[in-house]
Amino acid sequence: MLTFIFKRLGLALLVALTVSFISFSLLFLSGDPAAALAGETASGEDVEALRRLYGFDRPMLVQYAEWLFSALRGDFGESYYFKLPVASLIAERLQVTMTLGLCGILFALVTAVPLGVIAAIRPNSLIDRVALFLSVAGQAMPSFWFGLILIVVFAIQLGWLPPSGAATWRHFIMPTIVLGYYAMPAIMRLTRAGMLDVLNSDFIRTARAKGAGETRVLFKHALRNAIIPVVSLAAVQMGFMLGGSIVVESVFALHGAGYLAWESIARNDLPTVQALILVFSMFYIVFTFLADVLNAWLDPRMRSA
Amino acid sequence: MLAQKPTRSTLAAAVLMASVAMPALADKASETLNVAFTKELENVDSYFNSSREGVVLQRAIWDGLIYRNPETNEYVGNLATSWEWIDDTTLEFKLREGVTFHNGEAFNADDVVFTVNFVANEENGVKTQRNVNWMKSAEKIDDYTVRIHLKEKFPAAIEFLSGPVSMYPNEYYAEAGPSGMGLKPVGTGPYKVTEVVPGQHFVLEANGNYHDSPKGQPEIATIDIRTIPDVNTQMAELFSGSLDLIWQVPADQANKLAQMGQFTVANESTMRVGYLQMDAAGRSGEDNPFTNKLVRQAVNHAINRQELVDALLQGSSKVVYTPCFPSQFGCVQDVTEYDYDPEKAKALLAEAGYPDGFSIDFYAYRDRQYAEAITSYLNAVGITTNFNMLQYSALREKNMNGEVALSFQTWGSYSINDASAMVSQFFKHGALDSTRDDEVLEWLNVADSSTAPDTRVEYYTKALQKITGEAFWAPMFTYNTNYVFKDEVAYTPTSDEVLRFVDMSWK
Repeated sequence: MLTFIFKRLGLALLVALTVSFISFSLLFLSGDPAAALAGETASGEDVEALRRLYGFDRPMLVQYAEWLFSALRGDFGESYYFKLPVASLIAERLQVTMTLGLCGILFALVTAVPLGVIAAIRPNSLIDRVALFLSVAGQAMPSFWFGLILIVVFAIQLGWLPPSGAATWRHFIMPTIVLGYYAMPAIMRLTRAGMLDVLNSDFIRTARAKGAGETRVLFKHALRNAIIPVVSLAAVQMGFMLGGSIVVESVFALHGAGYLAWESIARNDLPTVQALILVFSMFYIVFTFLADVLNAWLDPRMRSA
Repeated sequence: MLAQKPTRSTLAAAVLMASVAMPALADKASETLNVAFTKELENVDSYFNSSREGVVLQRAIWDGLIYRNPETNEYVGNLATSWEWIDDTTLEFKLREGVTFHNGEAFNADDVVFTVNFVANEENGVKTQRNVNWMKSAEKIDDYTVRIHLKEKFPAAIEFLSGPVSMYPNEYYAEAGPSGMGLKPVGTGPYKVTEVVPGQHFVLEANGNYHDSPKGQPEIATIDIRTIPDVNTQMAELFSGSLDLIWQVPADQANKLAQMGQFTVANESTMRVGYLQMDAAGRSGEDNPFTNKLVRQAVNHAINRQELVDALLQGSSKVVYTPCFPSQFGCVQDVTEYDYDPEKAKALLAEAGYPDGFSIDFYAYRDRQYAEAITSYLNAVGITTNFNMLQYSALREKNMNGEVALSFQTWGSYSINDASAMVSQFFKHGALDSTRDDEVLEWLNVADSSTAPDTRVEYYTKALQKITGEAFWAPMFTYNTNYVFKDEVAYTPTSDEVLRFVDMSWK
């Protein structure tokens, strides 16, 4: 088990390194960082001055090595755009994104898993149909649109919730629903499919045959088996939510890490983008790892893997 | 031809409009004016940002030595009470006495000397070097008299001193630096800053101790500015009563908001000019069609400028033929104008040796709708365009490397009301000059450095007449911007695209 963990960690580190190198190269290919830094109003001379100031005239590999060694020491440098330390900038923005991501995935799990279970118990019933409709709608509706509809109804017409911002917990209700709703369909379908599969298997028949109560059959025997792929999916969805909540953050004017990443790419703010990519890839790695551990706990067979 | 396709934002706007049952609770009682910015401002320190939002805060927090009345374009003293040219490169100022910075530091010659010497030093990395790199240094004569020494003759000095050059407190700035100033700004201006969350939230409070400035006294006690990137969200905030003023609202949304009758929608032109840049110098290839004057003239005749203005830009936008904004000093309008005449364009192309037209890469970086409309005009006369929409920095790099034959560009002249801020940026053989005409360079050098206004006008006229006569560019239109605010807010926007909080009040 321990060697397995070390192997996984070593692999994760390699993945993070590769990701950071590829992103660094892509940023350099996408445009002149000096021109982006100088902004629209700068003259050619301003751009040249910046190029010298930041050393963009040096080979890319040298610049990457320099970044990497600073990053290993925990120094992510200063944002070209905000002229503030990248570490504190990201720490501040991550609070919003983490809150949103955790609320979003919890909302998705709390609504999608029960719906998936019910849909599996009563396949082709009204509840199953409604759940199917919800999941199709969730996949089909762009999140900016859903967000605006919520704003129109709950902020403007009913006046119950503030339209945008992050000042209080009430500001997070609508973004949570929009972000969570997007993850719901996949979780629900997977729960339903898994439950249907498990409910038809031999050991469930055995459990019923030996007289176990229906609740016990459903939750102790069936759900515990059906939930395993859902846990892995939820981990990936969580990673996706942290890095990919750009649209939701933009619609609800939440200044989170996703929006910061998006904007920083357009501004060619290399240190910020690099650090964010590292943080996001670490999230993916950590969540996938945690999902494996959780699965191993749920399913003893996986512990030996 | 130019009917607008419904975009994501127009669709969303339609939903918003249809939904409105206005609570309309103004913040009048709390005396706070809530404003939205669209872009995250990088640094409040005005020397270290290059965005419109930065200019807006700069005018509220700091003062310059001179003030230009935005309506009359007349220069009057602000932190200076008078000034005179000692010689061609030396300006002497008498400073206003009794002015204090927001932190209590007294304003005097030391502050001017420190500010000028700091920003003029290239190593300190002021973002827009052009705003400051004409100054060499400043010298204290006595506590309330200073001289600013210029590197060379620079007639637009007064305009710059009334615009981007603000005075900073020497003791505080020496300690805080640009980052500290960005987080806790200190100036002499009508508003002082009480809160900065970088890029997201700015709170200003009226400076009760503001000097007798030509800007006038602030009337609204508190200005609360939040960055809301999505225009539709800004509108939702406006409807729900938590915003009082939004700006840079796209024309279609502004029209609908105006119809609702609950908001004041004001449209003002900006100094931004939209133009087609053509590679007359042949940098993208000796044989490129735009080295031929007839082709450039054909392009100029192919564009229906009036239709672009009427159908797309709307508002106070105007057709322009000059590579500068008409109100700028030296931007004479006595130039060659190309009317919309597609037949003539085709004939010119045929005469140039392209009876069947040609195919060319066409680049743009903003306003996709406009760019697409322009391509359709070009296609109509036989110029087939391969349309590329790039990020600004990527297009700029290609341009500087001379890889672009034809592109849709815009320039806002940093709101500086002098032709040198536009025409001299692009026709003086710099990296972005696609023309490289020696005569134009020579004339612009005279016009940019002469201190005699008549000489300046004379030489700008020569340059502009040659640029338009040779059809080096195809200038097309000026931009405009929409300001939308609650009916309780009294404000008249100005044509320089700067929001002036000091001019706002409650009705």
